[in-house]
Amino acid sequence: MTISHFGAVLLFSLFTSIVFGITQRSEPRMMIRFGAFCFALFVFGTIAASWLMWLIKH
Amino acid sequence: MATNPPVAARAVQNSSLPMLALIAGWLIPGAGHFLLRKWIRGSLIFISIVSMFLIGLALKGKIYSPNTSELLDILNFFGDLGTGLLYVIARVFDIGAPTVQVAVADYGTKFIVVAGLLNIISAVDAHSLANGRKPS
Repeated sequence: MTISHFGAVLLFSLFTSIVFGITQRSEPRMMIRFGAFCFALFVFGTIAASWLMWLIKH
Repeated sequence: MATNPPVAARAVQNSSLPMLALIAGWLIPGAGHFLLRKWIRGSLIFISIVSMFLIGLALKGKIYSPNTSELLDILNFFGDLGTGLLYVIARVFDIGAPTVQVAVADYGTKFIVVAGLLNIISAVDAHSLANGRKPS
């Protein structure tokens, strides 16, 4: 199986956010909100860190 | 009219339920929630953790065996152990790469370790639901 780096980020973020949402909140509505928040944080955090590393290198 | 008693009440009725949910949740991802009749949560946890584990294997991730070498290897072993029966199956059938060869395989290794850690969180969540510490 081959996968792009960004694909790996998306898959990792998706599955991790689902489990975080279910386990860290009690109400279904809050689970979805927290899961979506975690997903966005994972993805945009990775993109931000990638740009930061690019800036440091250049 | 007969209604289902709340989870906390069921836990009082059956004091072994929290420990059973913890162990079942560790052995099979989501099984702790299934025991508490949380079908959707259990299914989502099962799909997420098994998918992460299988993707990790497909990426040629490493399955760690018990070792006393480097600290990180020991920690990774305990992370892998969190997947419960999935880890046992992988070890018995010798699935998983013995060493990390390429960068993507390193991702695979992390997928497997994180799947184990997420499974431990899920099992503890099932335990908290069963003993009433988590309301619902």
